[in-house]
Amino acid sequence: MAITSALYDSLAKIVGKDFVSDQKEERYFYARDGGLMPPHEPDFVAMPKTTEEVQEIVKLANKEKVPLVPIGAGLALTGLVIPQRGGIVLDMKRMDKIPEVNEKARYVVVEAGVTHGALKSHLQKHHPNLRHSIPDAPPIATIVANAVIHGQGRLSHQHGFNSDMVSGLEVILPTGELCRIGSCSVSPYWFSKGAPLPDLSGLFLGWFGTTGIITQLGLKLYPCKKMRDVMLFLTDIADLVPDILLRLSHTEMVEDVVVSSQPLPLRFRGTFWIMSYITGDSDEELEFKRKMVWDALWEHFENRDVGFLSVSPDMKPPLMSMPSKDTSRFADVSKGGGFQYAGPITPIEKFPAFVRKLEEVATKYSVFYASTTRLIGAGHCMMFSFSFSFNRANADEMARAKKALDECSKFALEEGGVLWKADIYEQSLLMDKMNPNTLVLMKKIKQLLDPNGIMNPGNWEVK
Amino acid sequence: MQNYASQIHRCFRCGYCKFPTDYSSFNCPSYRRFRFDSYSTGGRLWLIYAWLKGEIEWSEHFAEILYTCTTCKNCTEQCPMKFAPDIVDWIVGARSDMVEKGKIPPRVARFFEAVYGYGNPFKQLRSERAAWANGTKRYASGDEYLLYIGCLGSYDENGQKMARNLVDILNSSGVSFGILGEEEECCGNEIYMLGETGLFQNLVDKNSQKFKELGVSKVITLCPHGYNTMKNAYPASGGNFAVYHYTQILNDSIKRNKIKPSRAKAKITYHDPCFLGRYNNIYDEPRQILQSIPGIELVEMERNRKDAFCCGGGSGNFATDFLAGSADSPARVRAREAYETGADTLAVACPSCLTMLTDAVKAENLDDKLAVKDISQILKELLSVK
Amino acid sequence: MPLLELKFDRTKCAECKTVSCLVKCQYMDFENKDKAKEEWQKIINGEDSSVLEACTTCYACEEYCPFGNHPFYLIVERQEDKGILPAPRPTVTMWMNQCQPVGRFTVGKVEERALSYCFLPQFNTLVKGKLFDGITWSVIFGQEFFCNAVYLHYAKLSVIKDRLPKIVENIKKQGIKELVCLHDECYGTFTSLTSAYGIDMPFRPIHYFEYLYDKLQELKHLIKPLNIKAAYQRNCSARLCPETDHYVDDIFELLGVERVKRMYDRENALCCAEIFRMAKGPALADDVQTRNTDDMVKFGAEYCVFNCPACWDSLAHKVVKQGIKPIHMIDLCKLAIGEEQALKLPELIAEV
Repeated sequence: MAITSALYDSLAKIVGKDFVSDQKEERYFYARDGGLMPPHEPDFVAMPKTTEEVQEIVKLANKEKVPLVPIGAGLALTGLVIPQRGGIVLDMKRMDKIPEVNEKARYVVVEAGVTHGALKSHLQKHHPNLRHSIPDAPPIATIVANAVIHGQGRLSHQHGFNSDMVSGLEVILPTGELCRIGSCSVSPYWFSKGAPLPDLSGLFLGWFGTTGIITQLGLKLYPCKKMRDVMLFLTDIADLVPDILLRLSHTEMVEDVVVSSQPLPLRFRGTFWIMSYITGDSDEELEFKRKMVWDALWEHFENRDVGFLSVSPDMKPPLMSMPSKDTSRFADVSKGGGFQYAGPITPIEKFPAFVRKLEEVATKYSVFYASTTRLIGAGHCMMFSFSFSFNRANADEMARAKKALDECSKFALEEGGVLWKADIYEQSLLMDKMNPNTLVLMKKIKQLLDPNGIMNPGNWEVK
Repeated sequence: MQNYASQIHRCFRCGYCKFPTDYSSFNCPSYRRFRFDSYSTGGRLWLIYAWLKGEIEWSEHFAEILYTCTTCKNCTEQCPMKFAPDIVDWIVGARSDMVEKGKIPPRVARFFEAVYGYGNPFKQLRSERAAWANGTKRYASGDEYLLYIGCLGSYDENGQKMARNLVDILNSSGVSFGILGEEEECCGNEIYMLGETGLFQNLVDKNSQKFKELGVSKVITLCPHGYNTMKNAYPASGGNFAVYHYTQILNDSIKRNKIKPSRAKAKITYHDPCFLGRYNNIYDEPRQILQSIPGIELVEMERNRKDAFCCGGGSGNFATDFLAGSADSPARVRAREAYETGADTLAVACPSCLTMLTDAVKAENLDDKLAVKDISQILKELLSVK
Repeated sequence: MPLLELKFDRTKCAECKTVSCLVKCQYMDFENKDKAKEEWQKIINGEDSSVLEACTTCYACEEYCPFGNHPFYLIVERQEDKGILPAPRPTVTMWMNQCQPVGRFTVGKVEERALSYCFLPQFNTLVKGKLFDGITWSVIFGQEFFCNAVYLHYAKLSVIKDRLPKIVENIKKQGIKELVCLHDECYGTFTSLTSAYGIDMPFRPIHYFEYLYDKLQELKHLIKPLNIKAAYQRNCSARLCPETDHYVDDIFELLGVERVKRMYDRENALCCAEIFRMAKGPALADDVQTRNTDDMVKFGAEYCVFNCPACWDSLAHKVVKQGIKPIHMIDLCKLAIGEEQALKLPELIAEV
């Protein structure tokens, strides 16, 4: 108790009394996320405002050997920021400055708490020729957390994972040192996270906050055309989807490709909806791209295997908006405030098998499902989501949804997929399958960076 | 409201409730002030559900989290879910359960006691209710309108000025009206929002009865809070009269050339009160009044109309003040936002906003740069008559 | 229930001298009457015909036939018999699933006289104001009342035959005696399709043009002539009820609107063509839409008046690009009596 109270005082001294809490209400809320992982309460929630404050907190935690879990908006849904061993949760959202937008080198530097919503708004207002890759998560999702989990977004077909678009990091190591990664380690410019230096960003991206706390991040920005449109194709043959995706990708004209598959509302039943997003600075450019897309799929259209759906004005906003509110709405399908998905990253050829598995598992556990697939890179892989919604007031349904998710994750792994933002159960599945020397390497890195094991313990823990 | 317990688990805590439409900043007053997720709408709904399930015990901190909500309805505007329109009622439902169990913060209890005993939240004497009125005519049969002043207009220094200005303009524009004076009773809007549904009903009945006895068929309210409750809650209890906010009446008088403001030189920004804007969709009339003044430049704040950032005074907070004490207090944030427009005048249409923002401008040391004026004051200063 | 059969009289075709059904078709080239007759005979006989593949499903031959012999329905029957897909299979599947009855009856306070919103949410926006005083709440909407005529575009008369009698029954069960059809596809269904297949009608369908015309007579004192020139976008289902076309002239006259005498109006109207895009791809659709809107410009139209919300979805943005204001017929009437246009075009989304 004495230690606890001393820790509270120390935290209060660092961040100010208003921005630290050891009260039940905050501990309750930060003990859980919107998904299905069991909760675990932190002892404290603190909200730093500056890199210096973060540094002081890390030093304090390292000295006292207290677990430290940085969190953005806690939207991964797989419990990655549930403090499995208590300690301090650092809500980073007060670090909300955007110190730099370099229009000529097309990057932005953001503090750890800047949200995707805020960056979108900032760019629209001040740099309308530039944009970033907005994920489908709600706008409160932070840029840094999304990069740390290797999120994807609206530009992932063209430019890979959102983490591939990182162009530099400022990190507080678990032992308290401030470290810069990438071009910004030798230059005032944040244009590259690695090349031509040894790429050390991999020590932090994908590690779920177990190797340090990112306090600033450079992010690549991309040209923002004046117009944007969506073309909607349908097919009822799952086996055709990989070919359709490759054909679309081959045009090199499509910004983003998303496939959705769900049984309700009824219009979705029995067909896969393939959304291709195109952009242009003029009607002519858009029209040219439309033609390219049509040409790419013409053979399937003529064979009557692929249909085109004109998008009416009322259908457009939900398809076009970034982020899409429909993602959140899925949580209320069973009037219950919950959904979670397993989103393996996998070769696109696996689409038919995954869709069949999704339908099979949903039937087996009697849970409502949906799936969204996003093409990543020029067809290099896809994120395929096995999504299940559940009612938080129905414990049985939650248990069934969890079983369905676990079964899908296992299946995806067996099929050669790699689980995305894996929860601690899935992390152990992954590590069981991992090359043993890779595991040893991970362990060495973790021990080197975090000798006291304070950073988000429970995650990526190599036995 | 009654069924909030069976619905409240539907919140997914996706966080849209924290934002304005363009995601540029945080638009939930209590989240903006405190920054713990527990103080956002999602946080509040999850905590209420936890309380209902017995996963957390009642505590003063919990109660404060509930009462820092100003019921500004930004969350309703932004929430993507089908239940969005019900969110405020869910929070009011939980508060009313707290009231029933006698577990409310002392400041809220004092608010109730004052209204119960004195008919106003300030514990001011009933006999003083018309001290501001300076001989304003009492409502009598034959008057077209009853001018309902409300508690802030009756007792708050800023509100009283507002009331006097409005009375002067109404007189000079030839509107036939009278006030209730000492007979007036709290409208109940805040009492409802704070969850004292019994006392609320009592006030509704008393007021409706009085209006009926006097044969009132049209009411003008000074305060958007009163406008809201009389417009939306009274009819269900038999209140059978038309309600207007004063900006609607003044706008009409201007359109019909009953009043003609003289030329002025000012740059004005207008702050939408929640109970006029988001609750009742009245965005244009106050702006039209300001635009009708020759020489005035009307500029908008970043967040306006349905995205307007609440002053922090709603749901009794003009008295309970749970959000005070910081540069992040909503009224101070809003005062800075108004100042950033380059305006010299911040126009308001609500006595709660008037008092909250007047104090905030002082706290921000902006009082010699930014004047906070209610629309009736702006007009009054520009009317040649009286 | 006995299988519904098309009332088709082959003797009328045998005597036909004009073969208007094919010769007048705007999307097939049959200048040679004999060739047309030959192809038509193949269709009657149930043989393969290029017509079955080439048909754009624009409904127009229903109007062209001077005998009311339902050539279009016959084409659709034959397409289905032969498994010809006028549109890709997934598109058909999507339509079949989207509109299937699910037992959800969306009704207002229905009285003996009611409005049918069909399955088109736009009517929720359009139905407002004095034109609908007294009937605003008497409304039916959704799959259970959906006329199903859309399946004519997808060679699925079997679906219509299956669902339509139930739809008629559903409407009857609401106690409706007179149904004001806001989508003339419904009106066409309840007049033309039901009679072609011998379905008894337990209620009287009223075309909303007739309803509007009567209302405008009542509200005549409010009408301020609009003094505008408008192109009328005549839609596919108008071909099922050409007898209602005079109301366009009558209403326009009441409102002070000049129906521009353009090439693509009346019998020669062009389809909104979005169905063509989904069925035959972009080339034909773009060509038809461009010809249509260019024609509106050429004849000096200031407004384009829409009858069908689906045409609105397809063409409203495109007429705006030509400098023409799109407006639905209901809104046009509202404008003339001092009310506001309710159905407006959302900004073309360019959100990035």
